[in-house]
Amino acid sequence: MGHRTLFYRRMASPLHATRAGVGALWATSLVAATLLLYHPLALLALLAAVLLAAGRAGVGWLVPRALRTALIVALPIVAVNVLVSRQGLTVFARVGDLGPFGQGNLTLEAFVYGAVIALKLTLLIVITTLAGLAVDPDELLRAFRRLSFRSALTASLATRMLPVLAADAQRLAEAQRTRPRTGPRGPRARVLLLGAVIGGSLDRALEVAATLEVRGFASAPRAPRTARPWSRHDLAFAASAVAILAIALVGRMAGAAFFNAYPTVEMPINTGTLVLAPALFLAVLLPFCDRRGIEP
Amino acid sequence: MTAPLLSFERVSFTYPGADAPALSNVSLEIQAGEFCLLAGLSGHGKSTLLRAACGLVPHFHGGRFAGSVKLAGLDSREHGVARLGTFAGVLFGDPETQLVMNSVRAELALALESRGHGAAAVARGVEEVALALGIDSLLERATHELSGGEKQRVALGAALAARPRIVLLDEPTSQLDPVAGDELIGLLRRLNQDWETTILLAEHRLERCLTAADRVIALERGRVACDADPRSFLQWAARRSPALQTPGAKLFAVAGLEPPPVGVRQARTRLREDGLLPAGDRSDRPALAPRRRSRRTRLAALSMRGVWYELRDGPAILRGVGLSVAPGETVALMGRNGAGKSTLLRHAAGLLEPTRGRIDRAGQVALLLQNPGDYFLHERVDEEASVEALRAAGLAGLAGRNPRDLSGGERQRLALAIVSGTVQPALLALDEPTRGMDREAKAQLARELHRRAETGQAVVVATHDPEFAAACASRAILLADGRVIADASAAELLAGGWYFATETARILGGSGGALLPEQGAELLAPRARVEVAL
Repeated sequence: MGHRTLFYRRMASPLHATRAGVGALWATSLVAATLLLYHPLALLALLAAVLLAAGRAGVGWLVPRALRTALIVALPIVAVNVLVSRQGLTVFARVGDLGPFGQGNLTLEAFVYGAVIALKLTLLIVITTLAGLAVDPDELLRAFRRLSFRSALTASLATRMLPVLAADAQRLAEAQRTRPRTGPRGPRARVLLLGAVIGGSLDRALEVAATLEVRGFASAPRAPRTARPWSRHDLAFAASAVAILAIALVGRMAGAAFFNAYPTVEMPINTGTLVLAPALFLAVLLPFCDRRGIEP
Repeated sequence: MTAPLLSFERVSFTYPGADAPALSNVSLEIQAGEFCLLAGLSGHGKSTLLRAACGLVPHFHGGRFAGSVKLAGLDSREHGVARLGTFAGVLFGDPETQLVMNSVRAELALALESRGHGAAAVARGVEEVALALGIDSLLERATHELSGGEKQRVALGAALAARPRIVLLDEPTSQLDPVAGDELIGLLRRLNQDWETTILLAEHRLERCLTAADRVIALERGRVACDADPRSFLQWAARRSPALQTPGAKLFAVAGLEPPPVGVRQARTRLREDGLLPAGDRSDRPALAPRRRSRRTRLAALSMRGVWYELRDGPAILRGVGLSVAPGETVALMGRNGAGKSTLLRHAAGLLEPTRGRIDRAGQVALLLQNPGDYFLHERVDEEASVEALRAAGLAGLAGRNPRDLSGGERQRLALAIVSGTVQPALLALDEPTRGMDREAKAQLARELHRRAETGQAVVVATHDPEFAAACASRAILLADGRVIADASAAELLAGGWYFATETARILGGSGGALLPEQGAELLAPRARVEVAL
């Protein structure tokens, strides 16, 4: 029985107080910066900023969870890259003949490159988790509904059904735990349980579809536009998004975040790098400084 | 006379693949502003009738349909569900499947946006319906965080947002505690009286809503068996369908009093007029304190000492619970939604470990969770439980059936057979076993629990239903905010309250500890004889 769930909940934070479109834009700019930059210092600065941002948004508890998930995905990436990559000149271990993969020479460069990719993946996981918890999906999908009502509503339903189905699965698993230990065990038991969860979710889907029918979903016209004045937080996060994107683009084009793993690791730390990292850090965190009017 | 808002003309309907019709030659008319109650046992057509009224039958479910249904003059054969939905708001029993958006505000807005209302109209409509239903404080909350009662109010708000002329409700209180259930019925009554919204409500616990109704339509095997005002309906039920009688009506019938009362107030007035109302209202008695722990704790089937369950970074769900249940004892666990009943049962069964305190069990604890369907994994009944267990549950004849095709009572018995296994458990714990059950199925379950208690099994039932608690339990425990606030014999606890009291007890003011109609009638009988002699 968990108290916190990985779903959006309106909290008192500047990011939650920002309109969903701007919040999504801000998260997108972080994703773009993650994809554009390769220099570990810039990526570490970005990761530190995003983790602090999660804390300032009141969802700091997601950090250990997201990092745990990232670790599960990232470690194999580093290991596989070290084992599979045949590039790099600095061999730190020889593991002999690896059959179809040739000679197993493990290189420092492959390790560093794998670690950078793992760092980028960790960032993407933390950013999307933060966005999922702090950007109102209803409001976001409402904006999309103007383009395609049914697709957006289907997406909205899917996000709404996730906690419901998670609760269903937990309930079914609990029910199975209360059965005497005479039934099937192991994989067969899991397959049976999965079948029951799917059966239950189909029943639910039918009821939800009936509800939507009655509410006029089938004849829904295009959603109306709602005029809403821009708040100080909307403006701050929009400016932050533009700044993050600009810093990442300029850093990339000016070579301030130059990084090359092969054949030998090149990771210069010059003035450009030393300006880029703190600039990114500040651009991410500055909109969180103003906490006026953040209560729901 | 004006044209009816809703009319059925010789409507028959059979679900795809079904042998028998769910509705058979149904004809009825409902005028605007009426508050109609749909009564009937499970599986006798109440839900199907509601679904036919809004066009889901036949448009959504398919099947064979004959006759005509007209809503606000629109024939359901010619107009789709969305068009008919302009005039009808629908509320089903399970609020989980009716909330489709993530926030309450978005949920209420969806119905208006779907009908093409402009932004200003949507914003105004949301505020108005939220204020009318008292859910304005929930507007910014996430729907998955709401309690059962709050979810049902929000779902009702979504059904009402577009201001339908009729609201169709299918057992909307089945998952609510007595307080939330009464609040919802009060709300419907207000909608009906203040806004003249027509209400068509299907409900098993008729005593909860009969006083609000203008008319009761009883269905039997898909046919309209009775269509009358509440008092005439009760007279019909006494003759033709006793399972549909309210406890108050049954009390009068057993005591030989006529006519049956519609509600507690009418019953008390009549008894007072006849000089039959026992003196000594219990409302002035001191509140029941939690019972001191028995010294025979070592012999208990279940013993809890100072049990706490505290969520990390969250609230405490159980706060120092101490109780002991003896073998052969039947205990009803009562309290509002969120009081900690389900958590307590999960601790009893070992599904959860207390963060503080100690739990001792004399043997296996079988726990039956709220939805019996959660236990079914196979396609055949005999694959779910052993032959002996099925025989003991009286299900040997249904071995080849699919568990999901069984009736509510049969499903409950199969789930009981599954959790009990072949070895008799020391304690049987049931979490809200009567949700959506009619009175007949509840009586069957109560008999089964008595049978098990007689064999020495301890039974603990978490329930919102005081009538069921009175029928099956000898002791009752009231939980609030994770604490045991009252622990006494069922006769003491269920006779003294407003919400957690049976209708018989409320009629008789708790006199003599009478909880069930038969007990109440016994109490009235000597007085009635004196009256007759005089």
